[in-house]
Amino acid sequence: MNNSDSMSVAERVEKNLAKRYRAEKRFRIFGMISVSIGIIALIGLFTQIISNGAGAFFQTYVKLDITFDADELGISDPTDPDQLMIGNYDGIVRDALRERFPSVTKRREKRDLYSLVSIGASYRLQSDLRQNPQLLGTTQTLWVLADDDVDVYFKSREDEPFIGRLNDLQVEWIESLAKSNELKTKFNTIFFTSGDSAEPEQAGILGALLGSLLTLLVTLLLSFPIGVAAAIYLEEYAKSNKFTDFIEVNINNLAAVPSVIFGLLGLAIFLNFFNMPRSIPLVGGFVLTLMTLPTIIISSRAAIKAVPPSIRQAALGMGASKMQMILHHVLPLALPGMLTGAIIGMAQALGETAPLLMIGMVAFIVELPGSVADPATVLPVQIFLWADSPERAFTERTSAAIMVLLAFLITMNTFAIWLRKKLERRW
Amino acid sequence: MDITILMILMGMMIISAYVLGRGRSISLAKNVGGVANLNSLPFYYGTLTALWAALPALAVLGIWSVFHTSIIEGIVVQQMPEDIRNLSKEELGLILNKVYNVAHQQHIGEVPGFILESANALTRFENYSAWLVSVVVLLLMMVGIAVTWLRINPQLTARIRVENGFRYALLACSCLAILTTLGILFSVLFESIRFFKAVPISEFLFGLEWSPQNALRVDQVTGESSFGAIPLFAGTLLIALIAMLVAVPTGLMSAIYLSEYAPERARSLIKPLLEILAGIPTVVYGFVAALTVAPFVRDVAIALGLNEYITVTSESALAAGLVMGVMIIPFVSSLSDDVINAVPQSLRDGALGLGSTQSEVIKKVVIPAALPGIVGSILLAVSRAIGETMIVVMAAGLAANLTANPLDSVSTVTVQIVTLLVGDQEFDSPKTLAAFALGLMLFLVTLVLNYVSLHVVKKYREQYE
Repeated sequence: MNNSDSMSVAERVEKNLAKRYRAEKRFRIFGMISVSIGIIALIGLFTQIISNGAGAFFQTYVKLDITFDADELGISDPTDPDQLMIGNYDGIVRDALRERFPSVTKRREKRDLYSLVSIGASYRLQSDLRQNPQLLGTTQTLWVLADDDVDVYFKSREDEPFIGRLNDLQVEWIESLAKSNELKTKFNTIFFTSGDSAEPEQAGILGALLGSLLTLLVTLLLSFPIGVAAAIYLEEYAKSNKFTDFIEVNINNLAAVPSVIFGLLGLAIFLNFFNMPRSIPLVGGFVLTLMTLPTIIISSRAAIKAVPPSIRQAALGMGASKMQMILHHVLPLALPGMLTGAIIGMAQALGETAPLLMIGMVAFIVELPGSVADPATVLPVQIFLWADSPERAFTERTSAAIMVLLAFLITMNTFAIWLRKKLERRW
Repeated sequence: MDITILMILMGMMIISAYVLGRGRSISLAKNVGGVANLNSLPFYYGTLTALWAALPALAVLGIWSVFHTSIIEGIVVQQMPEDIRNLSKEELGLILNKVYNVAHQQHIGEVPGFILESANALTRFENYSAWLVSVVVLLLMMVGIAVTWLRINPQLTARIRVENGFRYALLACSCLAILTTLGILFSVLFESIRFFKAVPISEFLFGLEWSPQNALRVDQVTGESSFGAIPLFAGTLLIALIAMLVAVPTGLMSAIYLSEYAPERARSLIKPLLEILAGIPTVVYGFVAALTVAPFVRDVAIALGLNEYITVTSESALAAGLVMGVMIIPFVSSLSDDVINAVPQSLRDGALGLGSTQSEVIKKVVIPAALPGIVGSILLAVSRAIGETMIVVMAAGLAANLTANPLDSVSTVTVQIVTLLVGDQEFDSPKTLAAFALGLMLFLVTLVLNYVSLHVVKKYREQYE
């Protein structure tokens, strides 16, 4: 006879109890760790993005005494638009820089000196002169846009200076400018008011933002009516037969098809078969419509299902036709739920990148798009493009663009939740 | 005629069709003793007239917009000199592009005479075709309105007709899902068949080397291209495996903790937080993976001295897989949460009543009962991991190495699809078509995974209902 058999059941349970409680505790801790991994990843991601991107909202400017010298500019009549176009604005910026650092004489050093100021400064002087022709011949103290290397160095010089491509002499100049308060950071309006650029200090997200907006507009106008119509058919009309099952299987499968596949569809059908132009928001909207339709159909069906049958019966009992019953009663009651689904679908479409790469919305486009048929890029694709650029200043702008994108997504989702809470009806 | 003006005119005609039809029914109703004696409400007569005005015209407009460019191009090409017409398709395309630029005044500089002539012809034909279609469409609308107007009488079953039209329109919208699936299937299938004519299917499926070369011209030799997709499949599976190793335990345990242990307040706070992870665009994950996680993984590997034994690169499968795993955590957790909640409370109560601890209830009763559903949701997550694009494009690299070393750089099916197709390529080279063959594989694999998992989840859900 062994020992355990001689023990009573209660004793055996008692003996194991401590072990079982320990196992219980361990299991619980595993659960907590899992949840914390998710939360920590979320916090880590946000702090990473914010700490990287916060700097991009400010931009460094250099104070220079610029002389609008008529000879140097080659402009005799500041009201003549042709002369204004070809004026040598780089020349007067360079003069001002040489005046500030008179010791610089060698060719190489001069070139390094000139590269401290962005070429965007010239455009700014041109527009200044166009607006105010009297400036010709005068000397003005202006804050002009600094180059991105200067910008990154100046913003990081407090803690760990990021030198990057700058050489020792350039660092020395920047330090001297900084000490005499001839460098300052201002709120970066360029980032919000211009399109893409090869120069980080002149690159903005407005073009991508407009592109996203136009694409989403096309997507919403197509996918919401079509999705709602399909949902009505499936909930109110469809008999349960093989054909209806087939439609449902298709919808459920499409909801899980990888988004890059929709890009292939867009490329083969819209671009190659229908010969539509590349890179335009219209085609982007078509592709995203097909992609978001399943989401909208599924949520709209849930909303229609939530309308109690008694309302349908009451309407039909009063002599309404089926169409009247649907349009006058079911649809208005289901609309809040459908709208919530539509917003969530739009949020999904706003963040989508891969299918848009395939239909050419990845091109480098400086101009702002004005209509759905203009070449454009979208916010996530812009992030992808900037993330590829080697300049440190672009890393900063990528993070800032991500912050803008996330702000839009969070607003949309919060709005959807608020809408659902506000308009939700319990029957 | 400008297309926007045409649209405005059409809109106005549709509205007037409604007013006319409705007015006609009301005036006819006077003879039979009021609107109540009509077969249908005046609204339906108006709508019927508007439908007959709009539908045929829209159909014609649709057909025109699909075909008019190719017809005009055909005519223009016919009028070009003999030697130009005999050029290859690609070169002809370039010339047509130039013609378009000249015709739309976007071209600066000298052009050959025949291009100028073609551009003039193009503008002329474009004008003709726009006018022609406008006239046809407007005439068609008038005929539609007139015929319906004449047919309106108190016995006309306008309501039944309109409601049938409504029903068919709804049906058409839901058939778009089928059309989309067919569209995907055919677009990848046709291009894949063309690809498999150039590259044998056995080489594609079982070849061990992937290095598509860019041949810019037909006669140019740029080295051997090889299209063996095994390294891509292996890379995809490696990354998906790493992602699953992260996502499945964490996602499942989070779901269990949140549904079985966490107090209601913590649950209502943590669940939405985790769901934010699912709403973050993948390009953001890709950026973080490439900028932070990948260098970190490399540095740790080098600090541990691993680089003396195996290759350690900055674009590692591990970094992409880890980040992808984090992205999939909420996906696994919300799906498993559903299936765990579907397990009836009576099963839990029974086990608790027999003296089990809570973890024993979960391990021995809830999870076995929910297992099919959990497996289904894991399969869905796998399909998600295989099809994920941006994270791997940004963090996993392009080198298609056949390796099981997670610190080495691997390439995946989706990365290759994107890199082969982004930018301007000629559409006939095997290199471009290879992307469609990869797309076909991806589509079929995810289709099977989705079908199986949806089926399992659905069947399981019904089991306890």
